[in-house]
Amino acid sequence: MNTQSNAIRESSLESQGIVPAVFSPIRLFYWSLRRELWENRSIYIAPLAVAGLALLGFLIATMGRAVTLADPARKMEVLTEPAHFAAALILGAAFIAGIFYSLDTLHGERRERSILFWKSMPVSDLTTVLAKASIPIVLLPLFSFAIVVVTQLIMGALSSLVLAGSHLPVGALWSQWAQNTLQLLYHMVTVHIFWYAPIYSWMLLASAWARRATFLWAGLPPLAIGLLEKISFNTTHFAHLLLYRVTGPEAFDLGAHSDMPAHSMMGNLSLVKFLSTPGLWTGLLVAALFLAAATRLRRYRGPI
Amino acid sequence: MACIEARGLRKAFGTTVALDGVNLRVEEGRILGLIGPNGAGKTTALNAILGLTPFQGELNVLGRNPWGERDQLMRDVCFIADVAVLPRWMRVSQALEYLVGVHPRFDRAKAEGFLAKTSIRSTNKVRELSKGMVTQLHLALVMAIDARLLVLDEPTLGLDILFRKQFYDSLLNDYYDRSRTIVVTTHQVEEIQHVITDLMFMNHGRIVLSCSMEEFEARYLEVTVNPEHVVAARALKPLHERQLLGRSIFVFDGVDRQQLAALGEVRTPSIADLFVAVMGNHDGVAQGASR
Repeated sequence: MNTQSNAIRESSLESQGIVPAVFSPIRLFYWSLRRELWENRSIYIAPLAVAGLALLGFLIATMGRAVTLADPARKMEVLTEPAHFAAALILGAAFIAGIFYSLDTLHGERRERSILFWKSMPVSDLTTVLAKASIPIVLLPLFSFAIVVVTQLIMGALSSLVLAGSHLPVGALWSQWAQNTLQLLYHMVTVHIFWYAPIYSWMLLASAWARRATFLWAGLPPLAIGLLEKISFNTTHFAHLLLYRVTGPEAFDLGAHSDMPAHSMMGNLSLVKFLSTPGLWTGLLVAALFLAAATRLRRYRGPI
Repeated sequence: MACIEARGLRKAFGTTVALDGVNLRVEEGRILGLIGPNGAGKTTALNAILGLTPFQGELNVLGRNPWGERDQLMRDVCFIADVAVLPRWMRVSQALEYLVGVHPRFDRAKAEGFLAKTSIRSTNKVRELSKGMVTQLHLALVMAIDARLLVLDEPTLGLDILFRKQFYDSLLNDYYDRSRTIVVTTHQVEEIQHVITDLMFMNHGRIVLSCSMEEFEARYLEVTVNPEHVVAARALKPLHERQLLGRSIFVFDGVDRQQLAALGEVRTPSIADLFVAVMGNHDGVAQGASR
């Protein structure tokens, strides 16, 4: 009884502001991020599941074929192809998970009324929106890159066993792997993080704005603008702009080297060229505007 | 020092006026019961105080403007908006971890102590808990935060009578220490009559009555009047009159107790009875005015 009243007296001293405890913005951001990961497990389960499936397929189909093939060149080809395929699938799964996450996150908290709980915490709307935005824009690309690397490592190790078993050199396999991995990392950072930032930011804005049907709110305005432009001026600048954004800056660079295989294209756009692309900077500016608007909307929004 | 101070607080949704020039002052260490019919503007007032909605007029909560500084304010203010706002996917252990992470005034051991008295386990997810248990959990979290202002908007809505009783008991026994301020709205007025220190009635976006419970007991008296004294009672300008089992019950404002004792049995009215008396008159006046 006594200890309890002592505790109360102590805590009331603190509450009078004698020790004004304040947590750093970094700490609040970190915990906002953690709680997003607790809630949205699909964003890492989806790419992991795809990686598992790709590995399983590799084990069953490719290994069997590779062992029975006699021609060394064909053998090498059969062993390296699934790695690219698996990478594309994993990145695709992460992309889709990112889109679903972005469209739902600021809408879902209003739908299930938990926004009132989150707003009862000393975390600002800006911290919340930035934490939510960094999931599809930063975390997912880096995480899916890591999964791709591990998946390809396992595939490479198994391939090396097959090659070594047939007394074939494995050096070429690994040097190619190292080169591809570096190219992929470059691609992830330039395209998935910086180039795609406005796409995810737009979806977050739609999710903060819409009372229902966030998907339609995200999809219809761009479609309407494109149609309006086509009807009024018979031009397709806006549609091209969107296509440019989705396909990435490299795709428009393709014309010059159209004889090269698509995959090695990724590393082709030099950093200098990428940084001097105006689309990069306007894209980032637009992303910042979308996120600022989403932050402001969240401040006004309550449960639906 | 005033915990909450509002002057000319206004808020309109389109043509509907939710707050129509509210002035109020809540001192630190008080427990204020905010009572009013549905649509009276209680929740809007609380949302303005919590920084959840913009408003016109002046509002100061613990020295801050709530709309501009919601996140800073929430270091010192807690609220339970209604029973179903805890995220359904969250585990109890995650809620504790998260609060340790973001709230500088949260005491995990204290929260665990409160939870130990319930049947909630730390591995439970919110969606697995009953409505009453979710409220217990939210209250345990909130009581473990060393806040200066706690706002409760219909905290016991939809709970059975055992949970409701327990809710206010633990609030008074384990939380309230006379330096904290609590603001509570509820339709279950009889439950808070002996909990609150101050009373406020709201209707049509205005405050129609505001007094401390001491004033309430001193000012308002309810008299069951025998039929032969009814005329004499009416002459004393009662606030309200109603019939019950063939006898007339009057509510008086500021009439001498000795004088009333001659007319019949005198007692302090329940908040609910005073509410009916005040609101009945208020609506009557409003109707009269519109004619």
